[in-house]
Amino acid sequence: MRRGRRQTPLLSPAVRSGPFVASFLHLATTGPVSLTALLQNLLNGLAIGSIYALFALGYTLVFSILRIINFAHGAVFTVGAYLTYALMGKPFGGGDYVFSNSRLPFALNFWVAMLVSAVLTGLLNVGLERLAFRPLRKRGSDTLLTLVSSLGVSIMLSNLIQNVVGADPLPAPEPIKNLKPAVTIGGATIQSVRIIVFVVAVIVMIGLWYLLNRTRTGKALKAISEDATTANLLGISTDRLIMVTFGLCGFVAAIAGTMVSVNFGISGPYMGANFGLIGLAVIILGGLGDIPGAVLAGFVIGIAQAIVGAYKIPLLSTVFPTAAKDAIPFLLLFLVLMFRPQGLLGRTAVQKV
Amino acid sequence: MTTMLAPRLRSVRSVAIVIGFFSLALLLPLQPSVRVDLVRYAILALSVYLPLRAGQLSLASPGFYAMGGFVAAIISTRYVRLDDETGFWKLRALGRTFTFSRELYDFRLILLEFVVAAVFAAVIGVIVGYLALRLSGIYLALATIAFVECFRLITLDLPIFGGATGIFDIPQPLNSQLSYLWLALPVLGVGTWFVFRQERSRVGRALVAINEDELASSATGIHPTYYKVLAFTQGAVLAALAGVISAHTLNTWNARQGTFEAATLMLACVVIGGSRTFLGPLVGGFLLTAIPELLRWVADRPFLPRSVSEPIKNGRPFVYGLLMVLVCIYFSQGLATPKLVDRLFPRRQRSRPEVGS
Repeated sequence: MRRGRRQTPLLSPAVRSGPFVASFLHLATTGPVSLTALLQNLLNGLAIGSIYALFALGYTLVFSILRIINFAHGAVFTVGAYLTYALMGKPFGGGDYVFSNSRLPFALNFWVAMLVSAVLTGLLNVGLERLAFRPLRKRGSDTLLTLVSSLGVSIMLSNLIQNVVGADPLPAPEPIKNLKPAVTIGGATIQSVRIIVFVVAVIVMIGLWYLLNRTRTGKALKAISEDATTANLLGISTDRLIMVTFGLCGFVAAIAGTMVSVNFGISGPYMGANFGLIGLAVIILGGLGDIPGAVLAGFVIGIAQAIVGAYKIPLLSTVFPTAAKDAIPFLLLFLVLMFRPQGLLGRTAVQKV
Repeated sequence: MTTMLAPRLRSVRSVAIVIGFFSLALLLPLQPSVRVDLVRYAILALSVYLPLRAGQLSLASPGFYAMGGFVAAIISTRYVRLDDETGFWKLRALGRTFTFSRELYDFRLILLEFVVAAVFAAVIGVIVGYLALRLSGIYLALATIAFVECFRLITLDLPIFGGATGIFDIPQPLNSQLSYLWLALPVLGVGTWFVFRQERSRVGRALVAINEDELASSATGIHPTYYKVLAFTQGAVLAALAGVISAHTLNTWNARQGTFEAATLMLACVVIGGSRTFLGPLVGGFLLTAIPELLRWVADRPFLPRSVSEPIKNGRPFVYGLLMVLVCIYFSQGLATPKLVDRLFPRRQRSRPEVGS
């Protein structure tokens, strides 16, 4: 190694490889690739990726405990976004619905509204677990039935939102009054809401990490995900902890939903559907039930989308001239399933007979 | 005195009961296009049921459904032309021109589309099945979802599929919506009969054995991958046939036809109808397609006050979702249970006693 070219050790390998990525993209694309533009895309990818990660955490938490994919998660996430919007005292769209053109009599600060919404959504999720999942679990039903039941819940919730507040898209709530629209980091411009989204997502992830690794509840959850029967025999109340899990998922989902609405606005009662699909790609890429894996995978998919959306990648762009950005999560999902089904960070599971 | 009837007579009676039951469903107060939808969803549910019977949860059917539709749309709009001078339908393929009937689109051309769509679906089904069926359970389901999404995005992007607007002016072989039953019912009938017969054959027993225990079945000389890919491909072909019918019924075809939501709906049909008998997907397909329309019919009754009819009309998906949850909780085997089907179609008792059972 030539000493003269050594980089500062503070930079991570990912940052150090930046110029090489840029030169690869330069070769691969027609136009020149500036480092600033690349940095900008990376930052946008990080912000979007943090939302994906946050969304997928709910999926993967439920999966790690119950071994089912909760398809109602996208709808719960949507409820969270709407609740935050409503609690901020903002008006709903027009039409012939229960709450058309009306608003709540009070207006909360954004952050308070988000927390209240998160708590309410958590409670809603606990209620859903009671009604639609627990009866099935008690009967020891096939996981397929639980899957269909969660689909039913998702359809019910989306339709409920539509009938209560209508299907109009709603504007994005402002997290901070008089926010500067964009900031410049190292020459790259990034919308300041994206920075807020990223910071909130990281705080939630750290909180969740602390809860799962440093508290008794977290240990109990790990025990259940390892072996529910043994955990139960050792005095861990499975039912109570599953309730806690669903509450937690609802909480995180509401924050994720709010962050999406801050970034893109609320697109309608079905805004969770698209995230639901990408969320599936994220949890598979991270390894089902693997929480750090899901976070990493969220960032990987966010960044991959940002890069693919901004540059022409050979081969990919010929098959998908315009939809490469939408296709990349599913291509990654397919590739991971083919070559690394245990996920990015996972260890190989030994199949027992 | 059911036991007194001769076996053959009894099975004829059972077939009559089943056909009668489903004919009653077609007499419900529904829009003509919805009646065709009933049959279409039953076919699609059957296509999900086939791999599921071998324990493989595949959600690839909408992809093959979309593929079948695109095959029909592309053949009928690009290779077949209505000759303006003579008024005959002409197919240009393989460097030759074939002449068909006048006026309405020819049924023989539909048959050709069926064949081409089936071949396409079979080839891609074998490839995707071979790749994806190394996975099982939820992993397989997600891999097939990824396949469907990728296919959808390809059709959205490539000009041959008409992009986001899709392909228009697909010629119609029949002149009323209801008469498309002539196209859909035979496919459903043949498909059901095929599945029913297969279940009582060597292949069907192998599939059930793989569902029960893959490892044990492979120890008894069953090649699991072969049978799994077989069932997957059969489902793919069936879905593609449904796509051909739909493309002509709808007159237009685009990338919105085979989506994840469609996949979940088909799965719901199978689970609610019953995932262990061949009648299950039929019951589920008919029921889940009919319910929203029946609710609409109820809401349209003139004697209902607006305060009652509006919630019924707007809350149709809500009722539908609630029903899905309730059926899952209270009818865990689905509505057409194996017990019911065994009573209708009893398996013939062997004259020789089985050894060691």
